[in-house]
Amino acid sequence: MAVNTSTLIILVLVYLACIFYLARMGYRQSSQTDGYMLAGRKVHPAVMALSYGAAFISTSAIIGFGGVAASLGMGLLWLVFMNIFFGIFIAFVVFGPKTRRMGLNLGAVTFPEFLGRRFQSRFIQGFSGLLIGVFMPLYAGSVLIGAARFIETTLGINYNLALLIFTIIIASYVIKGGLLSVMYVDALQGTLMFIGMAFLLIFTYVELGGVVGAHQTLTDMAPLVPQGLADIGHQGWTAMPSFGSPLWWTMVSTLFLGVGIGVLAQPQLAVRFMTVKDDRSLKRAVLVGGPFILMMAGVAYVVGALSNVYFYRTTGKIALEVAGGNTDLIMPEYLNSAMPELFVMFFMLSLLSAAMSTSGAQFHAMGTAIGHDFYQEGVKKGKSKGTTIHATRFGIAISILFSVVLAYILPISIIARATAMFMGLCTSAFLPIYMGALFWKRITREGAVASLVVGSFGSLFWLTFVHGKEAVPLGICQAIFGKATLLSGTWPLVDPILIATPLAFLVAFVVSLATKPMPEKFLDKCYSLRPQDEDEDALEQSAHKNADPASV
Amino acid sequence: MLGIDDPQIWLAYVLCVLSALGCVVYGALNWKEGEEEEEEQVVKSNTSRPAVQE
Repeated sequence: MAVNTSTLIILVLVYLACIFYLARMGYRQSSQTDGYMLAGRKVHPAVMALSYGAAFISTSAIIGFGGVAASLGMGLLWLVFMNIFFGIFIAFVVFGPKTRRMGLNLGAVTFPEFLGRRFQSRFIQGFSGLLIGVFMPLYAGSVLIGAARFIETTLGINYNLALLIFTIIIASYVIKGGLLSVMYVDALQGTLMFIGMAFLLIFTYVELGGVVGAHQTLTDMAPLVPQGLADIGHQGWTAMPSFGSPLWWTMVSTLFLGVGIGVLAQPQLAVRFMTVKDDRSLKRAVLVGGPFILMMAGVAYVVGALSNVYFYRTTGKIALEVAGGNTDLIMPEYLNSAMPELFVMFFMLSLLSAAMSTSGAQFHAMGTAIGHDFYQEGVKKGKSKGTTIHATRFGIAISILFSVVLAYILPISIIARATAMFMGLCTSAFLPIYMGALFWKRITREGAVASLVVGSFGSLFWLTFVHGKEAVPLGICQAIFGKATLLSGTWPLVDPILIATPLAFLVAFVVSLATKPMPEKFLDKCYSLRPQDEDEDALEQSAHKNADPASV
Repeated sequence: MLGIDDPQIWLAYVLCVLSALGCVVYGALNWKEGEEEEEEQVVKSNTSRPAVQE
C-alpha cells in the first residue's frame, strides 16, 4: 500500500511499545498456574469480550470476507447475525456461565482439561490436546502467512523477515506472560480495530451518499453482475442468490453453518469463559462483544459490498474487475484509493492488531494443548516433574515452530482452506461432547470417548476423501484410489461439518444410553454452585426478570 | 427498505443491528443489577461460608 513508510514505521514502533507495556503488566500478575493459563480467573468483562472478539476476528475475516462480500453481496450479513447471536449471545449467556462454574469446580485450566476432567478421562484430555496441537498449527500457519504478506506490502520488508519478526514479537509475550498478557494486549488491539472499522463505515456512507442512498445505488447496479456469477445464482449485491442455486448452497451450508455455529467449540475461545470471576461478568461482557462483532464482520461485509459503488463511480468498473478477479485485493485497493492517507496508516495498525491477536490466542491454545494436556496429562499421566508453566512454555515454542514450518512447506491451496478445516474439525470433534458436558447429565465417559473419536476421524475422513475443496488439493485420495474424491454427484460439495457433527451427536447419545451413568456424587460436584453463584441466582429469581436459562 | 429491495437482505441488516443493540441492553441491565449486589458481597465477605452444593 502506498503510504509514507517512515511515518508508518514510527507509528508501528509506538504501537509495539504499548503492546510490550501491557504484556509486562500481564506478566507481573501471572506467576501462578491459574494466572499463566487462565489469566487469574478475575479478568474485567470488557477485557474478556474484547479479547474474545479480537481472537475470533483475524485479518482474513476483514480483508478476505470483505472481498468475498464485494463479489457475492450483502447476503453474508446473515453470517454476522449468526456470529452475534451464537458466537456472542448464546456463547456468553448459555455456554459461558456453565463452562466457568464447571471449570472451577473441576480445577480445569484448559479446554481439553475441562473435557477430560468432566468425563474423568485422561484419554479425552490427551487426545483433544493432540488434535489441537496437530491441527491448529495449520490454522495458525495460515494467519501467519496472511500477516507476513500484509507486513511485506505495507512496510516493504522482505516476506521471510516479516514472518520471522511477527512470530518472534508475539511468541515473546505469549511465552513469557501467559494468557493475562495476551488478553491485555488483545484489549488494546480490539479497541484499535473497533475505532478503525467505525471510521471506515462512517467514511464510506458519507462518501457514497448516506445509508439509503449508497444501498439504493448498489441495488440499481444489479444488471452489472458478471455473467459467470449470474449463471450460478447471483442476483445483485443487495439480493440473496436465487434459491437452490449453487451459489445459494455455498453461502448457506459452508458460511452460515460452518463459521457461524463452529465458533461455539473453538478451544481458544471457550477457555476465555474461565477467565472471569463470576457469571455476571460474562453477561456484562455481552455489552461489548455484540457491538464488537457487528463493527468487525458487519462493517467489513457492508463496506466490501459498497466498494462496488465507489469503483463504478470512479473507474466505471465493479470491484471484482478492478482487483483483477482476486477478491483478497479488493479491500486493500478500496482503502488505498478511497481513504485519506492518515486513516490508511491507522487502519493498517488495526489490521496488524487483528492478525496479532488471533495468532497470540492460537499460540497460547496450542502450547497449553501440547505442553499441558498432551504431554503432562496424556503421556506422563500427571506425573511429570516440571511445572505446568514450564511445560506450556515449551509446548508453545514447539507449536510455533511447527506452525512456521507448515506455513513454509504446505502448498498455498491447503493453507487457504486451513481455517475452514480447523473450525469444521473442532465442531465435529468437540461440540457434541462439550454440549453434553454442560447440558446432559446422562452422557457417559464411554459416550464421550466414542463421540470424540467418531467426530474427529469422521471429519478428517470426509475432508480427505470426499469434500472436493480439501480432498483435491490434499491429493491423498488421488494417490490411494486413483480418483479425486471417493463419492461423486453432490456429495463432494457437502461440508464435513454436516456429516461428522450429526454422526458424533448420534454416537454420544446412543453409546451413553447403552453404558452406565457417571456417579451421582461426581455429577453433583461438576454442577455444584458456589455461594456467590447462589447469590446471583437468588437475586435474579427475586427480580422476576431476565430469566437465565443457563442457571443450574 | 434502507435502499435494499430484497427482504432477505434488509432483514439480515436490521437483525444484525438489533442483535448488537440487544447485547448492549442485556449487558447494561446486568451491569446495573450487579453493582448493588457487589456492595452486599463486600459485607458478606467478612463472614466465611462453606461451599453449598445443589
